[in-house]
Amino acid sequence: MSVLIFVELDNGNIKKTSLEAIAYGASVASQTGSTATVLAIGQADNSELEKAGHYGASKVLHASDEHLAHENALAYSDVLFQAATKEGSKIIILSKSGLGDAVAARAAARLKAGVVSGVTELPQIDGAFKVTRSIYTGKAFATTEIKSDVKVLVIRKNAIEVDEAAISGSAAIVETFASSRRDSDYQAQVTNVEKASSELSLTEADIIVSGGRGMKGADHWQPLLDLASALGAATGCSKPVSDLDWRPHHEHIGQTGIKVAPNLYIACGISGAIQHLAGVNGSKCIVVINKDPEAPFFKAADYGIVGDVFEILPKLTEAAKALR
Amino acid sequence: MKILVCITNVPDTTAKISFTDNDTKLNKNGVQYIIGPYDDYALARGVEIKEQTGGTLTVLHVGEADADPQIRKALAIGADDAIRVNADPQDSYFTAAQIAHIARQNSYDLILMGRESIDFNSGVVHGLVGEMLGVPSYSPVMKLELNGTTATIAREIDGGKETLTVTLPLVLGCQEPIAEWKIPNMRGIMTARTKPLQVVEPVGLDEMTAPEKFTLPAPKGACKMIPAEDAASLIRLLQTEAKVL
Ligand SMILES: Cc1cc2nc3c(=O)[nH]c(=O)nc-3n(C[C@H](O)[C@H](O)[C@H](O)COP(=O)(O)OP(=O)(O)OC[C@H]3O[C@@H](n4cnc5c(N)ncnc54)[C@H](O)[C@@H]3O)c2cc1C
Ligand SMILES: Nc1ncnc2c1ncn2[C@@H]1O[C@H](COP(=O)(O)O)[C@@H](O)[C@H]1O
Repeated sequence: MSVLIFVELDNGNIKKTSLEAIAYGASVASQTGSTATVLAIGQADNSELEKAGHYGASKVLHASDEHLAHENALAYSDVLFQAATKEGSKIIILSKSGLGDAVAARAAARLKAGVVSGVTELPQIDGAFKVTRSIYTGKAFATTEIKSDVKVLVIRKNAIEVDEAAISGSAAIVETFASSRRDSDYQAQVTNVEKASSELSLTEADIIVSGGRGMKGADHWQPLLDLASALGAATGCSKPVSDLDWRPHHEHIGQTGIKVAPNLYIACGISGAIQHLAGVNGSKCIVVINKDPEAPFFKAADYGIVGDVFEILPKLTEAAKALR
Repeated sequence: MKILVCITNVPDTTAKISFTDNDTKLNKNGVQYIIGPYDDYALARGVEIKEQTGGTLTVLHVGEADADPQIRKALAIGADDAIRVNADPQDSYFTAAQIAHIARQNSYDLILMGRESIDFNSGVVHGLVGEMLGVPSYSPVMKLELNGTTATIAREIDGGKETLTVTLPLVLGCQEPIAEWKIPNMRGIMTARTKPLQVVEPVGLDEMTAPEKFTLPAPKGACKMIPAEDAASLIRLLQTEAKVL
């Protein structure tokens, strides 16, 4: 009957968003008087997986068969289904990502479970089970009742406040999870993977420094990269910037790009069109640097500087370096 | 080649969102409806593939009659016929079950959807339908090429891109730059009027989830302006006031 949490691994480490999912699942488990079990698929050391205990999980099921080494949403959903069935789990938690949504959906179809993606807060449980989710691309929220016996929740970044300093709890028990393999999940032949491995992923990042057309061209990105590196931030951009090939397509943020929810979003030379805002309105704090005081982005910002990015960015970088 | 494209009927991206009836219903007053932008990419690629390989393209919408103008638009863009499942879907599982039911009756080679709807932003309907049909599903797909019954797909993964080949049938969630959006031409609009739009009743199924109340985000406080000369002080404010550094 435990709450089951699907976590994602990155080079053998539990992703930050997945640590949040564990804390979220543990909180739901304590609300419902059960325990939290983690499912981790892929290669990882026990010492890393035991960390799940610090976030409130009591047990980790580790599925590390060779055929699961390459990320495969179809196969992972099958493993999740098997784990949920074995554990008798009625509540399943994943964090929002391309993989998370795909695994959640396919597992939910087999478990005949209601699935809600984009959950922003802990559930309200008082007879009924209700969650709040983000809808209309961040323009509103819906309180949604999940009526089915089995419930699948895909949570957004920051759906729970994790105080890293207060993290305690003992190590989780790690068990090997032997799952069966469906051949139909392995029809596809992956022919190429391009992954910028050194980059901090945008969906995981706590800080993002992002550039728009105001950055003038691919050759002018250095001041922005410098600030990002001084802050330990990931870098993003507006759509025209990736359309112009100044930056790679996977960095483009907004309605048609990636949706981010960092603690701090610094927008440099981005006007703040509604389609761009749609990708950033989950951010906790927004800083806008723009030479035009009338730029619409200022309306959505917490802090603003009117000025030339090329003068301001180096000053910020210098101040950020002084922090260290 | 039998292609199915699933479209949503959603408020325009720039629409102002508000609610009525005690915050239980969207205020549709003055809201313009469109085909979901990602669904539009799916439709555009579907039409291109149909033109290259021959066959038929059906558009499917689960929703009420107010979506008919958007369905007609899809017919004008190049779909051959349309099916509307007459329901007001509020739950991804319910929607997916309706789509899967139609798909089982017609055995499509390719089911194209958007990466996500822009009302619920769930990104789960393609996965649900894929599993319900026992067919692979991939999303978000940026490139789709067919060679007979083999598909080559490029899709976005966390921080990168993956290319794979897989045989049909498939369910795909599409995004740009899979194709350029298509605008209906005059001939398309004329012929769309007489293309078949079949309305069917939903298969009985309890909704697994139901929205109960809608809320708007708390209004943003005023933006604190920092003089450009004093830019460096921003970093201190971010640390001590906003506490995000
Ligand atoms: C259906 C649809 C989907 C879209 N999806 C997206 C999306 O996902 N993401 C997205 O970003 N856009 C999207 N767009 C495009 C969006 O509408 C805007 O066109 C785009 O966001 C503008 O990008 P920008 O702010 O970089 O450029 P601009 O609008 O050109 O703004 C540049 C800004 O830089 C400022 N500036 C110039 N020079 C300097 C300087 N030296 N110092 C400081 N400031 C300077 C200018 O004052 C201006 O405000 C979409 C559009 C449509 C129609
Ligand atoms: N009511 C609906 N009718 C037809 N297709 C839909 C419907 N809802 C969602 N879809 C399809 O499923 C995709 C993903 O939707 P969602 O999971 O809601 O984000 C959409 O882009 C559509 O292609």
